[in-house]
Amino acid sequence: MHAINYEAPKTVDEAVKLLAAHGEKARPLCGGTDLIIQMRAGVRRPEYVVDVKNIAEMRRISFDLQHGLRLGAAAPAIEIHENADMRKYYPGLTEAAHLIGSLQIQSRASVGGNVCNGSPAADTTPALIAVGAKCRVVGAKGERLVPVEEFCTGPGATVLRPGELLVEFQIPSPARHSSDAYLRFIPRNEMDIAVVGVGAALTLDLDDERCVEARIGLGAVGPTPIFAKDASQALVGKKLDNAAIERAAQSAVAASSPIDDMRGTAEYRRHVVGVLTRRVLAKAAERARMSDQSR
Amino acid sequence: MTKKIVVETTINGEPTEFLCEPRQSLLECLRDVLELTGSKEGCLTGDCGACTVIVDGRAACSCLIMGPEAQGKNIQTVEGLATGSTLHVLQQQYLEHASLQCGICTPGFLMSSKALLDRNPHPTEAEIRYALAGNLCRCTGYDKIVRAVMDAAKSAGAKMGTGATTRGPSPKEMTEQFVKEGK
Repeated sequence: MHAINYEAPKTVDEAVKLLAAHGEKARPLCGGTDLIIQMRAGVRRPEYVVDVKNIAEMRRISFDLQHGLRLGAAAPAIEIHENADMRKYYPGLTEAAHLIGSLQIQSRASVGGNVCNGSPAADTTPALIAVGAKCRVVGAKGERLVPVEEFCTGPGATVLRPGELLVEFQIPSPARHSSDAYLRFIPRNEMDIAVVGVGAALTLDLDDERCVEARIGLGAVGPTPIFAKDASQALVGKKLDNAAIERAAQSAVAASSPIDDMRGTAEYRRHVVGVLTRRVLAKAAERARMSDQSR
Repeated sequence: MTKKIVVETTINGEPTEFLCEPRQSLLECLRDVLELTGSKEGCLTGDCGACTVIVDGRAACSCLIMGPEAQGKNIQTVEGLATGSTLHVLQQQYLEHASLQCGICTPGFLMSSKALLDRNPHPTEAEIRYALAGNLCRCTGYDKIVRAVMDAAKSAGAKMGTGATTRGPSPKEMTEQFVKEGK
């Protein structure tokens, strides 16, 4: 690996100063499960590696029903899975984080890193899209909130400008009778990269089984993770029956633009988008029906 | 070349300081700087688990940790498993079940197994297979490894979970021991 300078700031302020000072020569490090491999392969060659894991604000997972969730960008996947609030209120996002790699990887890999790596196949991004996450980005000149579906701009590319840092995700508190789910397809049981991933969050009106709110996120079927807006809108106000789910699935297929690669053909992927969208909506709906009992 | 930096850690219960270049991985620091060569280099991409060590109670690939990140961390390696010449119950059971052939993957498997039993002393077979899914073995077919961990959990009782503070023999002590035993 090329020579690097290593910095481990304790606050967001210090981190942003370091990143601003070194601009494009710097890159933040969380779990390193992508960055270290990329540096070893010579794909990314930052001169300054700014380890942001020691910043308390970036490690925290704090939830309350009134304000929702603040998920630190550097919180490792395993801590997300072990967090009772995460499992209860964001089961889909939690299962997405828990699908990433082995326990060795999960002890290090973070959701912030997963999103900033910019892979179209990132497991947590469709799940974050489903729950309506906003990315809090801090730079030397101030901060901004970016909807997660606008964060990735192409394979390996994001809206982050040199010197900017993704600090946390802000996620609304789930409404009554709402829940989320994430499913991915891989040809093995575990430890693989998604052929297709679909996340969905639903809010139901239990009196007439109507869908009040819906968000569907797609992974590995386009140059970036996709917010399937039309598919989501198609469900709102409708009774969540098989016909409605089928229409949403067809709309999700239409929103996808997959390519042929070693993991699957475009045609196959489009088919799987439909299958997973149907399944993930059914799963989120079942959880949403149950959700009030657990409050 | 960038300046070397001092990293203060606890390795196998012993406060340990080492000097490294920031670009060196924890695996390189363990093997090349500290001469703890039990942790093996495999894929260098976090797929094979041969370099698995326990960092603050969790299994992690030491090839995917930069040396300076180890600052202030409590690290356990395979060298810390045995107490003197008494093998850890996992090591005994791996031998008992012939859970290794070429042995390259074994230190990583042992550390993943230990990380599991430290947190979950009575895992199910499925939990064991899940916890070991980040370790690859091309010899055994895994079954013997899983049996060994199951039996280690059965026979461990109060022995488990104490590894963080036990210290294995240093390379020097090991050499002395081998010389004494005429090996």
